[in-house]
Amino acid sequence: MPVVTYLEAIRQALFDEMARDERVFVMGEDIGAYGGAFKVTEGLIEAYGDKRVIDAPISEQAIVGSAIGASYMGMRPVCEIQFIDFIACCFDMLTNFAATSRYRNGVGVPIVVRGPCGGGVGGGPFHSLNPEAFFLNTPGLKMVEPSTAYDAKGLLKAAIRDDDPVLYFEHKFLYRRIKDEVPDDDYIVPIGKAAVRREGTDLSIITFGAMVYTALEAAGTLAEQGVEAEVIDLRSLAPLDRDTILDSVAKTSRVLLLHEATLTGGIGGELAAIIGEHAFGYLDAPIMRLASLDAPVPYAPSLETAFLPGVTRVVEAAKKLVQY
Amino acid sequence: MAKASKKPEKASDSLASNQLLEMYWFGRLAREIEERLVILFRQSKVIGGLYRSLGQEGESVGTAYALKKSDAVLPLIRNMGALMTMGIRPREIFLQYMAKGESNTRGRDLNIHIVHMPAWTRDLALTADQGRPGVDHDEPVVVGPISMLGDSIPVAAGIGMGARMRGRDLVSMAWIGDGATSTGAFHEGLNFAAVQKAPLVVVAEDNKFAYSTPISKQMAIKRIDERAAAYGIPHEMVDGNDILAVYDVAKRMVDRARAGEGASLIGVDTMRMQGHAQHDDARYVPKTLVEEWQKKDPLTLFAKTLMDRGAANEKRITEVDRMAKSYAAEEADAAEQSPMPDPATVARGVYAGDDYAEPTLEFVKSPFWEKQ
Ligand SMILES: Cc1ncc(C[n+]2csc(CCOP(=O)(O)OP(=O)(O)O)c2C)c(N)n1
Ligand SMILES: [Mg+2]
Repeated sequence: MPVVTYLEAIRQALFDEMARDERVFVMGEDIGAYGGAFKVTEGLIEAYGDKRVIDAPISEQAIVGSAIGASYMGMRPVCEIQFIDFIACCFDMLTNFAATSRYRNGVGVPIVVRGPCGGGVGGGPFHSLNPEAFFLNTPGLKMVEPSTAYDAKGLLKAAIRDDDPVLYFEHKFLYRRIKDEVPDDDYIVPIGKAAVRREGTDLSIITFGAMVYTALEAAGTLAEQGVEAEVIDLRSLAPLDRDTILDSVAKTSRVLLLHEATLTGGIGGELAAIIGEHAFGYLDAPIMRLASLDAPVPYAPSLETAFLPGVTRVVEAAKKLVQY
Repeated sequence: MAKASKKPEKASDSLASNQLLEMYWFGRLAREIEERLVILFRQSKVIGGLYRSLGQEGESVGTAYALKKSDAVLPLIRNMGALMTMGIRPREIFLQYMAKGESNTRGRDLNIHIVHMPAWTRDLALTADQGRPGVDHDEPVVVGPISMLGDSIPVAAGIGMGARMRGRDLVSMAWIGDGATSTGAFHEGLNFAAVQKAPLVVVAEDNKFAYSTPISKQMAIKRIDERAAAYGIPHEMVDGNDILAVYDVAKRMVDRARAGEGASLIGVDTMRMQGHAQHDDARYVPKTLVEEWQKKDPLTLFAKTLMDRGAANEKRITEVDRMAKSYAAEEADAAEQSPMPDPATVARGVYAGDDYAEPTLEFVKSPFWEKQ
């Protein structure tokens, strides 16, 4: 099976879906001749032309708003947000309008809004966001974030075929650092299904995105010290895969929730509530959360390292948890 | 002496008598529906606020009448006339305002927030319906008010672009208030539509106020149509209370959009004749301004035009007025009988696959409709 990068897997999904369904088109800033700020859409305009690969002005509301309009006409638009931080510029279009459309009028909005999220690359306060918590409280939206190349392709295909609006967060730290086996054949990774990345019995580290690798590295260190951590990769943030989460908690009885977005009001709180409500009887220790510190994302590497939840902090937290 | 210069031919000159009567009917019907809604509002049968389009029926009808029945409309709260022109059955308006279970939004969204997508939008093949005289050919795309003002402009642009990608002959028309033209979404949408040459016509209504804020605090330009100047698209200002003048401008803009020449904007000079909504006594509006515009009521003026053009006499007009009033009353009564939504459905249909009812919207032909 071919081994490709996370970024290449996203590009393959776009190529495949545009070939499979003539209603699919892409729209965003600098995505045509330039191939996108991170080159995700490279080659797309040569293959499909400027009617299906639309270079848009710097107008996130116009990009997402017109995508909604086109989806009403039966099209399947995929919008690129150059850095996911700028999704805040079209927050209203997504939360107030796209997310409520089906409920209000029975007219779904099958759009995908995708873009690079996350820190660790010196992006500073305006180019490092993990925005999932902004949207978690909005019924009508779906959200996914792959951690592997295989999932990157399969989840994007699933998102494009989905009849509801899907926010697809791609972690820019993983773009060219992660490579794995990706089939050429058509497949999807269903939205709403988590993956167990490492089996363990002593605690569950529930995470997603780039933090999956932090968790796996920490689990390796912990194993050397006799602690077996299970690592759950959520993949889908809305809806959450409650079964996989609760099954793991039932097995390990100890939970460490790990995410790269800041702590307060983060998705960890929602996960903790679900576990507290539905698996309280299984717990042998309080649910722990580990996330970025409650501050904007800083620029200097020394600051950003201190800000992000790194391997050392995960190991420390896990040890505290098993010793409780 | 040179021969008398011929006046440029106006599209409205070729409107037949029945078409003129039909336009009058749509405007009168819009007003009568709202008069009926005022009664229902006072009886606490209308849920939430009630918004009037009093004084703006003319521009709403004049613009929408330039469209085909299969085009797209994105009206705002002052455009009841446009909804009537597109053939939406009055009962649908009453069902909506009373939050009934059989309303287009099944009690989930307000007043005229109705939405309709013709069946062709659900075809899987891009151009599946081409050349086939579809059964729904006369059904418009309708996207009722999006309350976040300005948002409807990018959406309208996308509807035009999306329909074009599907090879459809469709023009998208969006109405917007003076206040709403100050939003970022309006400017982003208009600019994008201009760049993309989207088949879009924006009708920007200077009705002198945005809620309580006069237009002078909304923009420093003198004419609302100048909003479009920065985007390199045609724009014209028109007397919004002269239905045929509005129709003539709209016809030009719609025709060029249909011919692939791109987006345009019509600035409409009109007046909101009541407060923002029923709760608002509009004490901030100078009395003289209201008096001045009272003399220019679009329906009264149009009735005169009908008589001048021999399309109807006074008796006929009185008869049409009475017809509109009783039709509105009948439709309201029928809507009142409809049940309220079942609370058990409250969380259904947030996502695909969980829908419990296909929303419907009924269209009717006017009594003056004749096959062209
Ligand atoms: C983005 C946004 N801000 C505020 C409001 C609240 N609001 C509703 S209508 C209105 C006034 C609109 O004025 P205008 O656009 O001139 O339309 P008109 O009511 O005069 O037809 C306001 C402020 C809103 N709906 N959307
Ligand atoms: Mg106004």
